[in-house]
Amino acid sequence: MRGLLACASTLARRATAPARVRHLAGAAEAAEAELKKTALYDFHVAHGGKMVPFAGWSMPIQYRDSIMDSTVNCRANGGLFDVAHMCGLSLRGRDAIPFLESLVIADVAALRDGTGTLTVFTNDKGGAIDDSVVTKVTDHHIYLVVNAGCRDKDLAHIEEHMEAFNKKGGDVKWHIHDERSLLALQGPLAAPTLQLLTKEDLSKMYFSDFKLIDINGYSCFLTRTGYTGEDGFEISVPSENAVDLAKAILEKSEGKVRLTGLGARDSLRLEAGLCLYGNDMEQHITPVEAGLSWAIGKRRKSEGGFLGADVILKQLQEGPKIRRVGMITQGPPARSHSELVSSSGESIGEVTSGGFSPCLKKNIAMGYVKSGMHKAGTEFKVVVRGKSYDAVVTKMPFVPTKYYRPS
Amino acid sequence: MALRLWASSAANALKLSGTAGACGASAAAPAFALSISRFFSTVHDGLKYTQSHEWVKTADGVATVGITDHAQDHLGEVVFVELPEPGTTVSAGASFGNVESVKATSDVNSPISGEVVEVNSKLSETPGLINTSPYEDGWMIKVKPSSPGEADVLLDAAKYTKHCEEEDAH
Repeated sequence: MRGLLACASTLARRATAPARVRHLAGAAEAAEAELKKTALYDFHVAHGGKMVPFAGWSMPIQYRDSIMDSTVNCRANGGLFDVAHMCGLSLRGRDAIPFLESLVIADVAALRDGTGTLTVFTNDKGGAIDDSVVTKVTDHHIYLVVNAGCRDKDLAHIEEHMEAFNKKGGDVKWHIHDERSLLALQGPLAAPTLQLLTKEDLSKMYFSDFKLIDINGYSCFLTRTGYTGEDGFEISVPSENAVDLAKAILEKSEGKVRLTGLGARDSLRLEAGLCLYGNDMEQHITPVEAGLSWAIGKRRKSEGGFLGADVILKQLQEGPKIRRVGMITQGPPARSHSELVSSSGESIGEVTSGGFSPCLKKNIAMGYVKSGMHKAGTEFKVVVRGKSYDAVVTKMPFVPTKYYRPS
Repeated sequence: MALRLWASSAANALKLSGTAGACGASAAAPAFALSISRFFSTVHDGLKYTQSHEWVKTADGVATVGITDHAQDHLGEVVFVELPEPGTTVSAGASFGNVESVKATSDVNSPISGEVVEVNSKLSETPGLINTSPYEDGWMIKVKPSSPGEADVLLDAAKYTKHCEEEDAH
Protein backbone atom coordinates (compact mmCIF):
# COMPACT_ATOMS: atom_id res chain seq x y z
CA MET A 1 0.00 0.00 0.00
CA ARG A 2 2.95 2.30 0.28
CA GLY A 3 3.30 2.30 -3.47
CA LEU A 4 3.89 5.19 -5.74
CA LEU A 5 0.35 6.33 -6.21
CA ALA A 6 -1.02 4.22 -3.43
CA CYS A 7 0.75 5.63 -0.49
CA ALA A 8 -1.88 7.78 1.15
CA SER A 9 1.38 9.68 0.90
CA THR A 10 3.80 10.74 3.55
CA LEU A 11 1.67 13.83 3.85
CA ALA A 12 -1.42 11.96 4.70
CA ARG A 13 0.44 9.88 7.23
CA ARG A 14 1.90 12.91 8.87
CA ALA A 15 -1.26 14.89 8.86
CA THR A 16 -3.47 12.10 10.03
CA ALA A 17 -3.41 9.44 12.67
CA PRO A 18 -2.98 5.97 11.10
CA ALA A 19 -6.27 4.77 12.52
CA ARG A 20 -7.94 7.66 10.81
CA VAL A 21 -6.48 6.79 7.41
CA ARG A 22 -7.85 3.27 7.69
CA HIS A 23 -11.17 4.59 8.84
CA LEU A 24 -11.36 6.99 5.91
CA ALA A 25 -10.70 4.30 3.34
CA GLY A 26 -13.50 2.24 4.82
CA ALA A 27 -15.94 5.11 5.03
CA ALA A 28 -15.19 6.37 1.55
CA GLU A 29 -18.14 4.91 -0.25
CA ALA A 30 -20.67 6.25 2.20
CA ALA A 31 -19.00 9.64 2.34
CA GLU A 32 -18.88 9.90 -1.44
CA ALA A 33 -22.64 9.66 -1.66
CA GLU A 34 -23.01 12.41 0.93
CA LEU A 35 -20.76 14.91 -0.80
CA LYS A 36 -22.52 18.10 -1.77
CA LYS A 37 -22.36 19.34 -5.34
CA THR A 38 -22.25 22.95 -6.46
CA ALA A 39 -24.40 24.23 -9.31
CA LEU A 40 -21.32 23.82 -11.53
CA TYR A 41 -20.64 20.15 -10.74
CA ASP A 42 -21.69 18.78 -14.15
CA PHE A 43 -19.90 21.66 -15.86
CA HIS A 44 -16.68 20.73 -14.05
CA VAL A 45 -16.94 17.08 -15.00
CA ALA A 46 -17.68 18.02 -18.63
CA HIS A 47 -14.53 20.16 -18.63
CA GLY A 48 -12.30 17.40 -17.31
CA GLY A 49 -12.41 18.41 -13.66
CA LYS A 50 -10.81 15.88 -11.32
CA MET A 51 -13.32 15.91 -8.51
CA VAL A 52 -12.13 15.37 -4.94
CA PRO A 53 -13.84 15.70 -1.57
CA PHE A 54 -13.25 19.06 0.06
CA ALA A 55 -15.00 20.11 3.25
CA GLY A 56 -18.00 17.95 2.44
CA TRP A 57 -18.19 19.05 -1.20
CA SER A 58 -17.10 17.38 -4.39
CA MET A 59 -14.81 19.98 -5.93
CA PRO A 60 -12.37 20.09 -8.85
CA ILE A 61 -8.76 19.90 -7.69
CA GLN A 62 -7.68 20.56 -11.28
CA TYR A 63 -8.96 20.32 -14.85
CA ARG A 64 -7.03 19.15 -17.91
CA ASP A 65 -4.34 21.77 -17.35
CA SER A 66 -1.73 20.81 -14.79
CA ILE A 67 -1.66 22.60 -11.45
CA MET A 68 1.60 24.21 -12.58
CA ASP A 69 0.13 25.54 -15.84
CA SER A 70 -3.12 26.65 -14.15
CA THR A 71 -1.25 28.62 -11.52
CA VAL A 72 0.97 30.37 -14.03
CA ASN A 73 -1.96 31.08 -16.35
CA CYS A 74 -3.94 32.73 -13.58
CA ARG A 75 -1.17 35.28 -13.08
CA ALA A 76 -0.45 35.67 -16.81
CA ASN A 77 -4.06 35.75 -18.02
CA GLY A 78 -6.76 34.70 -15.63
CA GLY A 79 -8.46 31.91 -13.76
CA LEU A 80 -12.10 31.18 -13.06
CA PHE A 81 -12.79 29.31 -9.82
CA ASP A 82 -15.94 27.74 -8.48
CA VAL A 83 -15.93 28.74 -4.83
CA ALA A 84 -19.61 28.06 -4.28
CA HIS A 85 -18.73 25.70 -1.46
CA MET A 86 -17.97 28.78 0.60
CA CYS A 87 -20.82 30.21 2.60
CA GLY A 88 -22.22 33.66 1.81
CA LEU A 89 -24.23 35.27 4.54
CA SER A 90 -26.07 38.55 5.09
CA LEU A 91 -26.62 40.10 8.49
CA ARG A 92 -29.36 42.67 8.51
CA GLY A 93 -30.90 44.93 11.11
CA ARG A 94 -30.37 48.09 13.07
CA ASP A 95 -27.61 46.48 15.13
CA ALA A 96 -25.92 44.35 12.47
CA ILE A 97 -22.64 46.21 12.88
CA PRO A 98 -22.34 46.21 16.68
CA PHE A 99 -23.35 42.55 16.65
CA LEU A 100 -20.71 41.55 14.13
CA GLU A 101 -18.11 43.64 15.93
CA SER A 102 -18.69 41.57 19.05
CA LEU A 103 -17.40 38.54 17.13
CA VAL A 104 -14.65 39.87 14.83
CA ILE A 105 -11.54 42.02 15.10
CA ALA A 106 -12.39 44.47 12.31
CA ASP A 107 -13.58 48.03 12.71
CA VAL A 108 -16.70 47.34 10.67
CA ALA A 109 -18.35 50.63 11.62
CA ALA A 110 -15.48 52.58 10.07
CA LEU A 111 -15.84 50.88 6.68
CA ARG A 112 -17.35 53.07 4.01
CA ASP A 113 -20.62 51.72 2.60
CA GLY A 114 -19.83 49.24 -0.14
CA THR A 115 -16.35 48.34 1.09
CA GLY A 116 -15.01 45.35 2.93
CA THR A 117 -12.03 43.85 4.70
CA LEU A 118 -10.48 40.56 5.69
CA THR A 119 -11.26 39.73 9.28
CA VAL A 120 -11.09 36.96 11.85
CA PHE A 121 -13.80 35.47 14.05
CA THR A 122 -12.21 34.89 17.44
CA ASN A 123 -13.01 32.64 20.39
CA ASP A 124 -12.82 33.65 24.04
CA LYS A 125 -9.15 32.65 24.17
CA GLY A 126 -8.32 34.94 21.27
CA GLY A 127 -7.88 32.01 18.86
CA ALA A 128 -9.25 32.07 15.33
CA ILE A 129 -12.58 30.37 14.66
CA ASP A 130 -12.37 31.33 10.99
CA ASP A 131 -11.19 34.04 8.66
CA SER A 132 -13.74 35.85 6.55
CA VAL A 133 -14.16 38.72 4.15
CA VAL A 134 -16.84 41.08 5.48
CA THR A 135 -18.47 43.89 3.53
CA LYS A 136 -20.46 46.76 4.91
CA VAL A 137 -23.18 47.10 2.29
CA THR A 138 -25.00 49.71 4.40
CA ASP A 139 -25.17 50.52 8.11
CA HIS A 140 -27.88 47.88 8.38
CA HIS A 141 -26.58 45.21 6.03
CA ILE A 142 -23.35 43.23 6.25
CA TYR A 143 -22.40 40.66 3.63
CA LEU A 144 -19.75 38.13 4.52
CA VAL A 145 -18.26 34.94 3.18
CA VAL A 146 -16.91 32.19 5.46
CA ASN A 147 -14.95 29.03 4.70
CA ALA A 148 -16.79 25.92 3.57
CA GLY A 149 -15.03 23.75 6.11
CA CYS A 150 -16.03 26.09 8.92
CA ARG A 151 -19.62 26.66 7.83
CA ASP A 152 -21.38 24.56 10.45
CA LYS A 153 -19.15 25.74 13.24
CA ASP A 154 -19.36 29.39 12.20
CA LEU A 155 -23.11 29.38 11.74
CA ALA A 156 -23.64 27.73 15.14
CA HIS A 157 -21.34 30.30 16.72
CA ILE A 158 -23.04 33.25 15.04
CA GLU A 159 -26.52 31.91 15.78
CA GLU A 160 -25.80 31.34 19.44
CA HIS A 161 -24.48 34.85 19.90
CA MET A 162 -27.22 36.36 17.75
CA GLU A 163 -29.93 34.81 19.92
CA ALA A 164 -28.32 36.15 23.07
CA PHE A 165 -27.79 39.54 21.45
CA ASN A 166 -31.42 39.81 20.32
CA LYS A 167 -32.68 38.69 23.74
CA LYS A 168 -30.98 41.72 25.18
CA GLY A 169 -32.92 43.91 22.77
CA GLY A 170 -30.60 43.83 19.78
CA ASP A 171 -31.94 43.87 16.23
CA VAL A 172 -30.12 41.56 13.85
CA LYS A 173 -31.19 38.66 11.67
CA TRP A 174 -29.41 36.64 9.05
CA HIS A 175 -29.94 35.17 5.64
CA ILE A 176 -27.72 32.37 4.35
CA HIS A 177 -27.30 32.78 0.63
CA ASP A 178 -27.78 29.14 -0.34
CA GLU A 179 -29.76 30.33 -3.36
CA ARG A 180 -26.57 31.85 -4.76
CA SER A 181 -23.28 30.51 -6.10
CA LEU A 182 -19.90 32.14 -5.72
CA LEU A 183 -17.41 32.35 -8.58
CA ALA A 184 -13.96 33.89 -8.33
CA LEU A 185 -12.50 35.53 -11.44
CA GLN A 186 -8.84 36.34 -10.87
CA GLY A 187 -5.89 37.64 -12.82
CA PRO A 188 -5.02 40.50 -15.19
CA LEU A 189 -7.85 39.63 -17.61
CA ALA A 190 -10.47 39.50 -14.85
CA ALA A 191 -11.53 43.15 -15.15
CA PRO A 192 -11.36 43.46 -18.95
CA THR A 193 -13.34 40.24 -19.33
CA LEU A 194 -15.98 41.10 -16.77
CA GLN A 195 -16.32 44.60 -18.23
CA LEU A 196 -17.65 43.01 -21.41
CA LEU A 197 -20.52 41.56 -19.39
CA THR A 198 -21.66 44.61 -17.41
CA LYS A 199 -22.49 48.28 -17.98
CA GLU A 200 -21.09 49.23 -14.59
CA ASP A 201 -17.72 51.02 -14.91
CA LEU A 202 -15.35 48.60 -13.19
CA SER A 203 -12.44 51.05 -13.39
CA LYS A 204 -14.13 52.96 -10.55
CA MET A 205 -14.39 49.89 -8.40
CA TYR A 206 -11.29 49.26 -6.30
CA PHE A 207 -9.92 46.43 -4.17
CA SER A 208 -12.44 45.47 -1.45
CA ASP A 209 -15.27 47.45 -3.06
CA PHE A 210 -18.69 45.83 -3.26
CA LYS A 211 -21.64 46.47 -5.56
CA LEU A 212 -25.01 44.97 -6.36
CA ILE A 213 -24.90 44.92 -10.13
CA ASP A 214 -26.22 43.29 -13.24
CA ILE A 215 -23.76 40.96 -14.95
CA ASN A 216 -24.85 39.35 -18.21
CA GLY A 217 -28.42 40.01 -17.11
CA TYR A 218 -28.06 38.36 -13.72
CA SER A 219 -28.44 40.17 -10.42
CA CYS A 220 -25.04 39.75 -8.75
CA PHE A 221 -23.12 40.74 -5.63
CA LEU A 222 -19.74 41.79 -6.93
CA THR A 223 -16.72 42.19 -4.64
CA ARG A 224 -13.33 43.22 -5.98
CA THR A 225 -11.41 40.69 -3.97
CA GLY A 226 -10.10 37.15 -4.14
CA TYR A 227 -7.49 34.92 -2.62
CA THR A 228 -4.78 34.70 -5.23
CA GLY A 229 -2.89 37.98 -4.81
CA GLU A 230 -4.11 39.04 -8.26
CA ASP A 231 -6.64 41.69 -9.13
CA GLY A 232 -10.04 40.08 -9.52
CA PHE A 233 -13.57 39.60 -8.34
CA GLU A 234 -15.79 37.31 -6.39
CA ILE A 235 -19.19 37.13 -8.01
CA SER A 236 -22.21 35.91 -6.11
CA VAL A 237 -24.73 34.91 -8.77
CA PRO A 238 -28.17 33.26 -8.51
CA SER A 239 -27.41 29.53 -8.71
CA GLU A 240 -29.67 29.01 -11.72
CA ASN A 241 -27.42 31.43 -13.67
CA ALA A 242 -24.07 30.16 -12.43
CA VAL A 243 -23.25 27.85 -15.33
CA ASP A 244 -24.28 30.45 -17.91
CA LEU A 245 -22.14 33.09 -16.22
CA ALA A 246 -19.13 30.75 -16.14
CA LYS A 247 -19.63 30.00 -19.85
CA ALA A 248 -19.96 33.70 -20.69
CA ILE A 249 -16.76 34.60 -18.82
CA LEU A 250 -14.74 31.85 -20.51
CA GLU A 251 -16.14 32.79 -23.90
CA LYS A 252 -15.55 36.53 -23.54
CA SER A 253 -11.94 35.91 -22.56
CA GLU A 254 -11.46 33.99 -25.82
CA GLY A 255 -10.14 31.02 -23.93
CA LYS A 256 -7.45 32.90 -22.03
CA VAL A 257 -9.26 32.75 -18.70
CA ARG A 258 -9.15 29.05 -17.81
CA LEU A 259 -11.15 27.01 -15.37
CA THR A 260 -8.83 26.67 -12.39
CA GLY A 261 -9.15 24.17 -9.56
CA LEU A 262 -8.42 24.04 -5.87
CA GLY A 263 -4.86 22.80 -6.47
CA ALA A 264 -3.82 25.96 -8.29
CA ARG A 265 -5.88 28.05 -5.89
CA ASP A 266 -3.78 26.68 -3.04
CA SER A 267 -0.52 27.44 -4.88
CA LEU A 268 -1.74 30.95 -5.68
CA ARG A 269 -2.76 31.80 -2.13
CA LEU A 270 0.49 30.39 -0.77
CA GLU A 271 2.51 32.48 -3.24
CA ALA A 272 0.43 35.48 -2.11
CA GLY A 273 1.26 34.71 1.54
CA LEU A 274 -2.39 34.19 2.47
CA CYS A 275 -3.47 31.85 5.27
CA LEU A 276 -5.48 28.72 4.65
CA TYR A 277 -7.72 28.19 7.64
CA GLY A 278 -7.11 24.73 9.12
CA ASN A 279 -3.47 24.85 8.03
CA ASP A 280 -2.03 28.26 8.82
CA MET A 281 -4.66 29.41 11.25
CA GLU A 282 -6.47 27.37 13.83
CA GLN A 283 -8.49 27.58 17.03
CA HIS A 284 -5.38 28.04 19.15
CA ILE A 285 -3.68 30.62 16.92
CA THR A 286 -4.41 34.29 17.51
CA PRO A 287 -4.60 36.90 14.74
CA VAL A 288 -1.50 38.51 16.23
CA GLU A 289 0.50 35.30 15.96
CA ALA A 290 -0.85 34.82 12.43
CA GLY A 291 0.51 38.21 11.38
CA LEU A 292 -2.94 39.71 11.01
CA SER A 293 -2.59 42.48 13.60
CA TRP A 294 -3.14 44.94 10.74
CA ALA A 295 -6.70 43.60 10.48
CA ILE A 296 -7.50 44.64 14.05
CA GLY A 297 -9.11 48.05 13.68
CA LYS A 298 -7.44 50.93 15.50
CA ARG A 299 -10.57 51.56 17.53
CA ARG A 300 -10.81 47.86 18.32
CA LYS A 301 -7.23 47.89 19.58
CA SER A 302 -8.12 50.51 22.17
CA GLU A 303 -11.68 49.42 22.98
CA GLY A 304 -11.59 45.65 22.55
CA GLY A 305 -15.14 44.37 22.78
CA PHE A 306 -14.65 41.17 20.76
CA LEU A 307 -14.18 37.62 22.04
CA GLY A 308 -10.70 37.04 23.43
CA ALA A 309 -9.84 40.73 23.23
CA ASP A 310 -7.99 40.56 26.57
CA VAL A 311 -5.59 37.93 25.21
CA ILE A 312 -5.16 39.62 21.85
CA LEU A 313 -4.63 43.14 23.23
CA LYS A 314 -2.08 41.79 25.70
CA GLN A 315 -0.22 40.08 22.85
CA LEU A 316 -0.23 43.32 20.91
CA GLN A 317 1.42 45.01 23.90
CA GLU A 318 3.94 42.32 24.77
CA GLY A 319 4.46 40.67 21.41
CA PRO A 320 3.41 37.11 20.61
CA LYS A 321 5.56 34.10 21.55
CA ILE A 322 5.26 32.60 18.09
CA ARG A 323 4.84 34.20 14.70
CA ARG A 324 3.83 33.15 11.23
CA VAL A 325 6.63 33.54 8.70
CA GLY A 326 7.29 32.80 5.07
CA MET A 327 10.25 30.67 4.09
CA ILE A 328 12.15 29.60 1.03
CA THR A 329 13.48 26.08 1.52
CA GLN A 330 16.01 23.85 -0.23
CA GLY A 331 15.64 20.15 -0.99
CA PRO A 332 12.22 18.60 -1.39
CA PRO A 333 9.20 20.86 -0.85
CA ALA A 334 8.56 21.16 2.89
CA ARG A 335 4.93 20.22 3.44
CA SER A 336 2.78 21.01 6.45
CA HIS A 337 4.00 19.58 9.77
CA SER A 338 7.65 19.58 8.67
CA GLU A 339 9.70 20.47 11.74
CA LEU A 340 11.82 23.61 11.86
CA VAL A 341 15.05 23.46 13.87
CA SER A 342 17.75 25.98 14.68
CA SER A 343 21.37 25.40 13.62
CA SER A 344 21.99 24.00 17.11
CA GLY A 345 19.22 21.46 16.59
CA GLU A 346 16.61 23.06 18.85
CA SER A 347 13.02 22.74 17.66
CA ILE A 348 11.71 26.22 16.84
CA GLY A 349 8.44 25.52 15.10
CA GLU A 350 6.79 23.84 12.16
CA VAL A 351 5.64 24.36 8.62
CA THR A 352 1.88 24.83 8.19
CA SER A 353 1.72 25.09 4.38
CA GLY A 354 4.38 24.44 1.82
CA GLY A 355 4.99 23.39 -1.71
CA PHE A 356 6.71 24.12 -4.95
CA SER A 357 5.90 27.58 -6.26
CA PRO A 358 4.84 27.28 -9.91
CA CYS A 359 5.62 30.96 -10.51
CA LEU A 360 8.93 31.22 -8.66
CA LYS A 361 10.08 27.67 -9.47
CA LYS A 362 11.33 27.15 -5.95
CA ASN A 363 10.03 25.76 -2.68
CA ILE A 364 8.02 28.14 -0.56
CA ALA A 365 6.41 27.54 2.79
CA MET A 366 4.80 29.27 5.69
CA GLY A 367 4.82 28.22 9.28
CA TYR A 368 5.20 29.29 12.87
CA VAL A 369 8.50 29.98 14.62
CA LYS A 370 9.48 31.31 18.01
CA SER A 371 9.60 35.09 18.15
CA GLY A 372 13.13 36.21 17.50
CA MET A 373 13.52 33.72 14.66
CA HIS A 374 10.96 35.52 12.55
CA LYS A 375 12.94 38.30 10.89
CA ALA A 376 13.53 38.16 7.13
CA GLY A 377 16.91 36.61 6.41
CA THR A 378 16.94 34.40 9.53
CA GLU A 379 18.34 31.00 8.61
CA PHE A 380 17.40 27.65 10.10
CA LYS A 381 16.69 24.11 8.96
CA VAL A 382 13.59 22.29 7.88
CA VAL A 383 13.39 18.53 8.41
CA VAL A 384 11.89 16.48 5.59
CA ARG A 385 11.82 12.69 5.97
CA GLY A 386 14.57 12.81 8.56
CA LYS A 387 16.97 15.01 6.61
CA SER A 388 17.68 18.67 7.30
CA TYR A 389 17.60 21.27 4.56
CA ASP A 390 18.29 25.02 4.59
CA ALA A 391 15.38 27.39 5.15
CA VAL A 392 15.48 31.17 5.18
CA VAL A 393 12.77 33.50 6.41
CA THR A 394 11.39 35.46 3.46
CA LYS A 395 8.98 38.37 3.40
CA MET A 396 5.51 37.59 2.16
CA PRO A 397 3.90 37.82 -0.30
CA PHE A 398 6.37 35.64 -2.17
CA VAL A 399 4.90 36.90 -5.44
CA PRO A 400 3.97 40.63 -5.50
CA THR A 401 0.25 41.23 -5.14
CA LYS A 402 -1.58 43.18 -7.83
CA TYR A 403 -4.68 44.44 -6.06
CA TYR A 404 -6.43 47.24 -7.93
CA ARG A 405 -6.17 50.33 -5.78
CA PRO A 406 -6.71 54.04 -6.50
CA SER A 407 -3.49 55.48 -7.90
CA MET B 1 -7.46 1.63 -5.12
CA ALA B 2 -4.13 3.18 -5.71
CA LEU B 3 -5.41 6.11 -7.69
CA ARG B 4 -8.16 6.74 -5.27
CA LEU B 5 -5.58 7.04 -2.57
CA TRP B 6 -3.51 9.30 -4.73
CA ALA B 7 -6.41 11.67 -4.85
CA SER B 8 -6.67 11.38 -1.14
CA SER B 9 -3.01 12.20 -0.76
CA ALA B 10 -3.33 15.19 -3.00
CA ALA B 11 -6.34 16.19 -1.01
CA ASN B 12 -4.35 15.82 2.15
CA ALA B 13 -1.52 17.87 0.75
CA LEU B 14 -4.08 20.61 0.45
CA LYS B 15 -5.69 19.68 3.72
CA LEU B 16 -8.73 19.08 1.62
CA SER B 17 -10.10 16.82 4.26
CA GLY B 18 -9.41 19.29 7.01
CA THR B 19 -7.88 16.78 9.39
CA ALA B 20 -5.83 19.20 11.43
CA GLY B 21 -8.53 21.61 12.38
CA ALA B 22 -12.01 21.27 13.66
CA CYS B 23 -13.18 22.19 10.21
CA GLY B 24 -14.79 19.66 7.97
CA ALA B 25 -13.26 16.64 9.64
CA SER B 26 -16.42 14.66 9.12
CA ALA B 27 -16.20 15.31 5.41
CA ALA B 28 -12.83 13.63 4.98
CA ALA B 29 -12.87 10.82 2.47
CA PRO B 30 -10.85 9.65 -0.49
CA ALA B 31 -12.23 10.42 -3.92
CA PHE B 32 -13.99 7.95 -6.13
CA ALA B 33 -14.94 10.24 -8.94
CA LEU B 34 -11.60 10.64 -10.67
CA SER B 35 -12.13 11.16 -14.34
CA ILE B 36 -8.49 11.16 -15.26
CA SER B 37 -8.09 8.37 -17.76
CA ARG B 38 -8.28 10.93 -20.51
CA PHE B 39 -5.64 9.43 -22.71
CA PHE B 40 -3.89 6.16 -22.84
CA SER B 41 -0.46 6.16 -21.27
CA THR B 42 2.45 4.44 -22.92
CA VAL B 43 3.47 0.99 -21.72
CA HIS B 44 6.61 -0.64 -23.09
CA ASP B 45 6.88 -4.30 -23.95
CA GLY B 46 9.85 -6.06 -22.46
CA LEU B 47 9.64 -4.25 -19.12
CA LYS B 48 8.15 -5.62 -15.93
CA TYR B 49 5.73 -3.57 -13.86
CA THR B 50 4.48 -3.35 -10.30
CA GLN B 51 0.93 -2.67 -9.21
CA SER B 52 2.29 0.44 -7.55
CA HIS B 53 3.39 1.82 -10.96
CA GLU B 54 7.13 1.24 -11.09
CA TRP B 55 8.91 -0.48 -13.98
CA VAL B 56 12.08 -2.57 -14.09
CA LYS B 57 14.23 -3.60 -17.01
CA THR B 58 16.93 -6.22 -16.51
CA ALA B 59 19.93 -6.43 -18.84
CA ASP B 60 23.42 -7.82 -18.31
CA GLY B 61 22.76 -8.55 -14.65
CA VAL B 62 21.69 -4.98 -13.83
CA ALA B 63 18.09 -3.92 -13.23
CA THR B 64 17.07 -0.36 -14.11
CA VAL B 65 14.07 1.04 -12.20
CA GLY B 66 11.77 3.98 -12.81
CA ILE B 67 8.11 5.03 -12.61
CA THR B 68 5.65 4.46 -15.41
CA ASP B 69 4.17 6.91 -17.88
CA HIS B 70 0.81 6.31 -16.23
CA ALA B 71 2.28 7.28 -12.86
CA GLN B 72 3.97 10.47 -14.08
CA ASP B 73 0.78 11.47 -15.88
CA HIS B 74 -1.25 11.19 -12.71
CA LEU B 75 1.33 12.93 -10.55
CA GLY B 76 1.79 15.94 -12.79
CA GLU B 77 5.04 17.88 -13.06
CA VAL B 78 7.70 16.28 -10.91
CA VAL B 79 9.60 19.02 -9.06
CA PHE B 80 11.95 17.00 -6.86
CA VAL B 81 13.29 13.46 -6.76
CA GLU B 82 14.84 11.91 -3.67
CA LEU B 83 17.11 8.95 -4.43
CA PRO B 84 19.21 6.64 -2.27
CA GLU B 85 23.01 6.63 -2.23
CA PRO B 86 24.78 4.03 -4.36
CA GLY B 87 25.57 1.05 -2.14
CA THR B 88 22.21 1.19 -0.40
CA THR B 89 20.27 -2.06 -0.15
CA VAL B 90 16.72 -1.99 -1.48
CA SER B 91 13.96 -4.55 -0.94
CA ALA B 92 11.18 -5.60 -3.25
CA GLY B 93 8.00 -3.73 -2.36
CA ALA B 94 9.75 -1.29 -0.03
CA SER B 95 10.21 2.42 -0.62
CA PHE B 96 13.62 3.54 -1.90
CA GLY B 97 12.86 7.17 -2.69
CA ASN B 98 10.29 9.86 -3.27
CA VAL B 99 8.96 11.92 -6.10
CA GLU B 100 7.41 15.29 -5.35
CA SER B 101 4.89 17.01 -7.58
CA VAL B 102 3.50 20.48 -6.95
CA LYS B 103 0.97 19.19 -4.47
CA ALA B 104 1.87 15.65 -3.49
CA THR B 105 4.68 13.52 -2.13
CA SER B 106 4.78 9.90 -3.26
CA ASP B 107 6.95 7.01 -2.19
CA VAL B 108 8.59 4.97 -4.92
CA ASN B 109 8.90 1.24 -4.22
CA SER B 110 11.60 -1.01 -5.57
CA PRO B 111 10.25 -3.81 -7.77
CA ILE B 112 13.18 -6.01 -6.78
CA SER B 113 15.71 -6.55 -3.97
CA GLY B 114 19.39 -5.85 -4.30
CA GLU B 115 22.13 -3.25 -4.05
CA VAL B 116 21.91 0.16 -5.70
CA VAL B 117 24.88 0.46 -8.07
CA GLU B 118 24.00 3.73 -9.73
CA VAL B 119 21.45 6.53 -9.41
CA ASN B 120 20.31 8.95 -12.10
CA SER B 121 22.07 12.09 -10.96
CA LYS B 122 20.47 14.08 -13.80
CA LEU B 123 17.21 13.99 -11.87
CA SER B 124 18.53 16.29 -9.16
CA GLU B 125 18.90 19.09 -11.71
CA THR B 126 16.12 18.05 -14.08
CA PRO B 127 13.41 16.15 -12.19
CA GLY B 128 11.07 16.79 -15.13
CA LEU B 129 12.87 14.02 -17.07
CA ILE B 130 10.49 11.70 -15.24
CA ASN B 131 7.62 13.40 -17.05
CA THR B 132 9.21 13.77 -20.46
CA SER B 133 10.97 10.40 -20.63
CA PRO B 134 9.74 8.06 -17.90
CA TYR B 135 11.20 4.91 -19.48
CA GLU B 136 14.49 6.32 -20.79
CA ASP B 137 16.13 9.50 -19.48
CA GLY B 138 13.92 9.52 -16.40
CA TRP B 139 15.16 6.22 -14.96
CA MET B 140 15.82 6.43 -11.22
CA ILE B 141 18.15 3.70 -9.94
CA LYS B 142 20.17 0.73 -11.19
CA VAL B 143 20.19 -2.30 -8.93
CA LYS B 144 22.33 -5.44 -8.78
CA PRO B 145 19.57 -7.98 -8.01
CA SER B 146 20.07 -10.25 -5.01
CA SER B 147 17.13 -12.53 -5.89
CA PRO B 148 17.08 -12.64 -9.68
CA GLY B 149 13.80 -14.58 -9.82
CA GLU B 150 11.84 -11.73 -8.21
CA ALA B 151 11.14 -9.88 -11.45
CA ASP B 152 9.43 -12.94 -12.93
CA VAL B 153 6.37 -12.51 -10.72
CA LEU B 154 5.86 -8.86 -11.74
CA LEU B 155 3.27 -7.76 -14.30
CA ASP B 156 4.03 -7.84 -18.01
CA ALA B 157 2.96 -4.99 -20.27
CA ALA B 158 -0.46 -6.47 -21.02
CA LYS B 159 -1.29 -7.19 -17.40
CA TYR B 160 -0.06 -3.79 -16.28
CA THR B 161 -2.19 -2.05 -18.90
CA LYS B 162 -5.22 -3.95 -17.63
CA HIS B 163 -4.31 -3.02 -14.07
CA CYS B 164 -4.23 0.69 -14.99
CA GLU B 165 -7.55 0.46 -16.79
CA GLU B 166 -9.12 -1.19 -13.78
CA GLU B 167 -7.78 1.48 -11.46
CA ASP B 168 -8.99 4.29 -13.68
CA ALA B 169 -12.40 2.71 -13.88
CA HIS B 170 -12.86 3.19 -10.15
